[in-house]
Amino acid sequence: MDTLFPLLLQQLINGLSLGAIYALIAIGYTMVYGIIGMINFAHGEIYMIGAYVGLITITAIGTAMGYPPWFLVVAALGIAIMVTCAYGWTVERFAYRSLRGSPRLVPLISAIGMSIFLQNYIVILQTSRDLSVPELITGHLFSIDVGGFEVSMSNSRALILLVTIALMAAVTLFIGHARMGRACRACSQDIRMAGLLGIDVNKVISFTFILGAFLAAVGGVLIGLSINKINPFIGFLAGIKAFTAAVLGGIGSVPGAMLGGALLGLVETFASAFLPTEYKDLVAFGLLIVILLIRPSGLLGRPEVEKV
Amino acid sequence: MRDTTKTKILKDAFIAATVTAILTVPLIGMRLKVESTGLTLHKDFMWPVIAVLVVFVARLVLPFLLIPKVSIPAAWSRKAADHRKWWLGAFVVLALVWPFTPLGSSTMLTAMTMAMIYVLLALGLNIVVGYAGLLDLGHAAFYAIGAYTYALLNVHFGFGFWEALLFAGLSAALFGILLGFPVLRLRGDYLAIVTLGFGEIVRITLNNWDSLTHGPDGINNISKPTLLGYEITRRARTEDGTTLWQALGIDYNNIYQQLVLYFIAFLLVVIAAFLINRLVKMPIGRAWEALREDEIACRSLALNPTMIKLTAFSLGSMFAGFAGAFYAAFLGSVTPASFGFIESAIILSIVVLGGMGSQRGVVLAALVLTLLPEFARGFAEYRMLIFGAVMVLMMIWRPQGLWPASRRRVELPS
Repeated sequence: MDTLFPLLLQQLINGLSLGAIYALIAIGYTMVYGIIGMINFAHGEIYMIGAYVGLITITAIGTAMGYPPWFLVVAALGIAIMVTCAYGWTVERFAYRSLRGSPRLVPLISAIGMSIFLQNYIVILQTSRDLSVPELITGHLFSIDVGGFEVSMSNSRALILLVTIALMAAVTLFIGHARMGRACRACSQDIRMAGLLGIDVNKVISFTFILGAFLAAVGGVLIGLSINKINPFIGFLAGIKAFTAAVLGGIGSVPGAMLGGALLGLVETFASAFLPTEYKDLVAFGLLIVILLIRPSGLLGRPEVEKV
Repeated sequence: MRDTTKTKILKDAFIAATVTAILTVPLIGMRLKVESTGLTLHKDFMWPVIAVLVVFVARLVLPFLLIPKVSIPAAWSRKAADHRKWWLGAFVVLALVWPFTPLGSSTMLTAMTMAMIYVLLALGLNIVVGYAGLLDLGHAAFYAIGAYTYALLNVHFGFGFWEALLFAGLSAALFGILLGFPVLRLRGDYLAIVTLGFGEIVRITLNNWDSLTHGPDGINNISKPTLLGYEITRRARTEDGTTLWQALGIDYNNIYQQLVLYFIAFLLVVIAAFLINRLVKMPIGRAWEALREDEIACRSLALNPTMIKLTAFSLGSMFAGFAGAFYAAFLGSVTPASFGFIESAIILSIVVLGGMGSQRGVVLAALVLTLLPEFARGFAEYRMLIFGAVMVLMMIWRPQGLWPASRRRVELPS
């Protein structure tokens, strides 16, 4: 009892920062799904590419040059976002655009192919070894003593939470109020009608992919800085988990993706506190199957009606 | 008017070149290497510069060229293939004869036996993806279940290959039903993710359940199959057992054993291909294809979509279970590492390349994709990259596959 409460508190902090990363990736899945109804399988790889470009930027500028760490972090984020958005756009342009309107299986297989391609593209270019990311953000935001047990929050985790919350607010405002955001909502309701009413559907879809890649890149760079280790295979697992988060919150719903990400992060860290760590990944997959069984439309999603 | 199109082309080319630069400069131009001094960055901008120039020129030139719609021609003329099944006879004869030609070396026999395992796996997945139109990304899970079922039954209970083969197929099918029953009622693309998750669950469980599966080390000393009750190893495992070589009165040679294993694999493939071929012509097979084309129409004709999908899913898993049991027997050991997502992806790309729903295409693609790394050195490194690219390009240019199945049709006499 004495150590349980601080343990739970610590897991809450860890879980929320992990969930924030899932939520960032999940928005990309959910928006693409909401608008063109496909699972963008390659999205996890986009996140991984973000992490790599971030590390390349940091290494290129060099930690020994005397630039302050915040400058390196900002540069890594900026360049990773630019490159990753270009990848997001290119993937859509080449692998998905010409397949619009074909049977559902066709773009899905193309997406899986793209995912395998991108993963091995990075393996070949940047080796498949674990690469260590320099610890740019050190120290703890707070470290308090709760009943003889230390509960702390590192600055890198705090940064993840802060950036994620800011981005979530921005995305919510953008989708609710900006012209492009309105176009996105129109397309997710009825893409043909939106096209007939003069919305450039191609532009909206491209934008969705770019926004998804933007958020995934931020997630990738931040996770690299937080756990200090990346490899080309991180995108695969993170991708499935973020998709689980999107399904949990209700696929197609942006607030759902945020909620789902936070919940999944919490469930996973709490489970890993009580289960052997090897089984941590099983929790997410098990949860996915259970949600699909009980409530396939997710927490905030609308049930889908298939029209003839 | 002409001027504006010219500026537009120039602008497009400029944008395309900029995007290419952004894509290639950091990832292709700069490579991270781990060295003794720590992480270093090697810069070499030759390829990015070439890529940018090529894209810029291509974008400038392309609008002035009339590009015919690209399509890869079918491997063979469709009519000839459909009416006379020459390819079937040719395939069987070739498969039986080549080991006795100078080609039949030890490495080739091993490679061809592995190729046969992939044919079997792809034939099973073809039922699920090709005929029933359900995307299964966890086929390797059922392959693993089959392999471990035989491995455990053999090591702990002394089951022989042929008895255990049945159980391996059944247990894979059972897991297929358990997983499929809740999930198959849902929209198709959920199945893809759930099967992917299931594949990982199976791999992680096998990796960590030390008391049953010995974790990452896997299970060793699994018996080889027997042939007509005779063992094919150098010495019989039991006191009263006889080896095939003693019965035939010839000296043991490693290559004979490989030959027998190859023929057993081939036999399994022929049986599977025959069974699936008959199944597809039965009402259930027709129902799979009908369901793939239009689920709502099927439902209004009183077909139960969940049950029909479930039969396809469990049958596909069963064949993967058979393949797994043979794989365990062939190698003599199983480890969880052989059943990752990569395996599922390879099997899927075989089905996609050959043509979803086309058995002959799938057989051809399985042989090509598994034998290619044997012949092309240096190909192995780029194998998965090429598989991924092939899946994308096939979907764009030729979604029906290299050697598509012909559609059955009946015309009313006019």
